Amino acid sequence: MIGVGKIKQYTNVLDKPLSKGRQEVSLSGFAYLFSELVQYNQTQVDNIGELEKRLEDAGYAVGVRVLELLCHREKGNRRETRLLGILSFVHSTVWKVLFGKVADSLEKGTEHEDEYMISEKELLVNRFISVPKDMGSFNCGAFVAGVVRGVLDNAGFPAVVTAHFVPVDGQQRPRTTILIKFAEEVLRREARLG
Amino acid sequence: MAPAVPRSGDAIFANVERVNAELFTLTYGAIVRQLLTDLEEVEEVNKQLDQMGYNIGIRLIDEFLAKSNVTRCVDFRETAEVIAKVGFKMFLGVTASVTNWDVEGTCCSLILEDNPLVDFVELPDTCQGLYYCNILSGVVRGALEMVSMKTEVTWVRDMLRGDDAFELQVKLLKQVPEEYPYKDDE
Repeated sequence: MIGVGKIKQYTNVLDKPLSKGRQEVSLSGFAYLFSELVQYNQTQVDNIGELEKRLEDAGYAVGVRVLELLCHREKGNRRETRLLGILSFVHSTVWKVLFGKVADSLEKGTEHEDEYMISEKELLVNRFISVPKDMGSFNCGAFVAGVVRGVLDNAGFPAVVTAHFVPVDGQQRPRTTILIKFAEEVLRREARLG
Repeated sequence: MAPAVPRSGDAIFANVERVNAELFTLTYGAIVRQLLTDLEEVEEVNKQLDQMGYNIGIRLIDEFLAKSNVTRCVDFRETAEVIAKVGFKMFLGVTASVTNWDVEGTCCSLILEDNPLVDFVELPDTCQGLYYCNILSGVVRGALEMVSMKTEVTWVRDMLRGDDAFELQVKLLKQVPEEYPYKDDE
């Protein structure tokens, strides 16, 4: 009969057409899921350092996949080879797709050559998180730091990425800075490329 | 003041803040991977996902009732319709359909054609017993328990296992009357 058809069943997930990435879920749905992620990890660790590491590892896996997805979909399979290129990819494209807006700022560190900082007034993942005083400087932004590390690592720019709270005058909640410290080889390669 | 009119799922979804579904999908994937690495047993992971869903469900119901203005559901049929049309739409952005009612009206199936949790997912051979979306069954169970309904929620069909849709069977076990925390004579 014309007009009647079953949705085509794809046996292999790689054969399915890639979505355009416009689908949305509610922020609260994501917030609940993220809070469960943090709560589960809290039961598995003894100290804050390990908790941050686990969140970062979870984020790393996300970052790897985000890089592949976005390189294919947004950039037509071209990959960045220059430092500033990949940083602006993270700062604009990745942030726009994941969080709906470009990051607030991208700065080069003044003290060290290999440090760059992406700042955000309020990270989406931290919107509904409050950190008790006895957890000190713990930041759930470690998840986002993991995402960035995943993207950079797999794009060929190994780096150590961490998330920090930076108090701002006149603002009650501190802003979050993702600190990216590139490995030696990245800087040497960058210098060679001129 | 005019009585609050229950809002449709689409209207509420348009009003809540939204995030990219891919972030949601990838984060859920990271959670499942962490659980598989830590627990190793597929059954344990299923149970843990259900528990996490339960924890989410008991908090989600408050937000749902606050934002959707639904009136008290007369019977379980109405409850199931509300979950499928308003609840799923509000949080996941997709609607489900309700079918397969049994004779007494205590057991039905929620069918999801589109599920944002499973984009890009394929189950490997080593994890064939895994109910990847088990968090959803926990959410429904937890939410209903907070409104005095004890239910049993199980997966009947799972697209990751080769079926053509996601089918969640919701069975009402009993209505638990609300217990007040204080006694009248104290």
